[in-house]
Amino acid sequence: MSALSTRGLDKSFGSLVVASDISFELPQGARHALIGPNGAGKTTLINLMTGMLRPDAGEILLGDEEITALPPEKRVSRGLVRTFQINTLFPNLNALEAVTLAVCEREGMARAWWQRISAYPSAVDEAHAILSSLMLGADCYRPTRELPYGRQRLLEIALALATRPKVLLLDEPAAGVPRDESAELFAAISNLSRDITVLFIEHDMNFVFRFASRIIVMVGGRILLEGTSEEVAADPRVREVYLGKSHHGVRHG
Amino acid sequence: MSVTAASPHAYLERQARWTWIEVAFWAAALLPFWLTPNYLVLASQIAITALFALSLDLILGYAGIVSLGHAAFFGLGAYTAGLAAKHGWGEPITGLMLGALVAGIVGYAASLIVSRFRHLALIMITLGMGLLLKEAANSASWLTGGADGLQGVKMWPVFNTFRFDLYGYVAYTYSLIVLFLVFLVARRIIHSPFGLSLRGIRENPLRMPAVGASSRAHLRKIYTISAVMAGIAGALLAQTTETVSLASIDFERSADVLVMLILGGAGHLYGGLVGAIIFMVARDQFSGNTPQFWYFWIGTLLVAVVMFLPNGILGGLAKLVSTWRGSFWRGKS
Repeated sequence: MSALSTRGLDKSFGSLVVASDISFELPQGARHALIGPNGAGKTTLINLMTGMLRPDAGEILLGDEEITALPPEKRVSRGLVRTFQINTLFPNLNALEAVTLAVCEREGMARAWWQRISAYPSAVDEAHAILSSLMLGADCYRPTRELPYGRQRLLEIALALATRPKVLLLDEPAAGVPRDESAELFAAISNLSRDITVLFIEHDMNFVFRFASRIIVMVGGRILLEGTSEEVAADPRVREVYLGKSHHGVRHG
Repeated sequence: MSVTAASPHAYLERQARWTWIEVAFWAAALLPFWLTPNYLVLASQIAITALFALSLDLILGYAGIVSLGHAAFFGLGAYTAGLAAKHGWGEPITGLMLGALVAGIVGYAASLIVSRFRHLALIMITLGMGLLLKEAANSASWLTGGADGLQGVKMWPVFNTFRFDLYGYVAYTYSLIVLFLVFLVARRIIHSPFGLSLRGIRENPLRMPAVGASSRAHLRKIYTISAVMAGIAGALLAQTTETVSLASIDFERSADVLVMLILGGAGHLYGGLVGAIIFMVARDQFSGNTPQFWYFWIGTLLVAVVMFLPNGILGGLAKLVSTWRGSFWRGKS
């Protein structure tokens, strides 16, 4: 049984088709990359799978449960979690508060308004452990808005991990991070537990080829092909898309 | 590494600990008994208004719900407590509870709508509901007395012992105790996991579903709690003044309390209290000389505060204090 799969997802805004007949499967524990030029519909696909957009047709299955009509927060509580390409954090909360919030929401503690947070030491400990595992322990008392950009990207991942994801969708985890600083981000992703199934969008092809067992290539709202890194690297259509007229999104290196 | 030395538990406990400034604030609230015994009636109205502002702070300052109709719940509490006393049940404590209950029920019903909207739509909906209730109170003059106000409210002594007096001793004592008790609840809420989630909604409503949070359920809950607190404030005013006028439920009260909260600083817990003190004292002083110019000064003050102190007076003070001795405290902890 696959951890996450879609069947025939369609989505268009007026006459603009952003997803067309998207079907794929993520096996348990997979490390799949989703690549494609800008505007190929990669983020749209994540929005469809996480419920931020409703597909016009098709279905989404998490494990063997159909989740096509579930609201986003219910998908998260079932283990389908995403991060955001553009930082979507809590600017005036510090990292400890933000991750504690996510842990409390997961455990249903966030309904409690009559007890102090300190009455839930296990939640605070877990939040701190997650932050420490991502090298954020030393920064966890600083407001998020004061953190360097690269640290904020790590916090994106920390927030997602706090929900105990089964399937994690990483939307360009290193977007905007200078190349020499992206190493710790990629290290964090490489160290993710094998219990977590990962699909990630990334433009850094070095990382994609090193980390992904399979690669899904999207162009114009469709899946062009899916294959191993060798297959994708050898495919003439991919070369055309990337090296033909559009260099966009490919980092040289 | 001095910051990391503190454990996360110690950090969170320190966040929730009472500071000496807070203790001093509440101690100072007792000063009117000795310093300005002629102004205890005003002091009790300030305490009531502060409670109302506190209720607004919970939804505006913590959950980011802007309301222009919060007087609806204040008025509901006031009319409920006033009507109960007028029709033979003048016991203050149960009267307060009754006012809180009615405001809470209506608040919960309203929250089903309010929690679905944001920004301008939210402001218009709260404004509309406020106007609606005010006109209802106006036209139901057989019940509320309409524009003449509710007359004939007869209160029993508090705990059957303390009779409401002309000088406001009992009124201020009673209002201050209720304010303090409700404040303790509000303080507990903002330091709870629920309070943390509210701040999350305020900071980034988009992220909340992505961490598995149902923002609407949270918003419904805090809106209801806030309505209950506003209802208690309204009931207090009805009981201590032994009358209820349409002014307790009209738009001006909704706007005034918003102004107070913005002046004092939303999201600081004490912002509404400080704002209420400044607003009410200033109104008392200014309107004595030139009543027609009262809003001229409030308008000026409001524009100045929003321009130069976007987080209100308390926000400005907090920033001043933290830059002033920030290095000292950081070095210490």
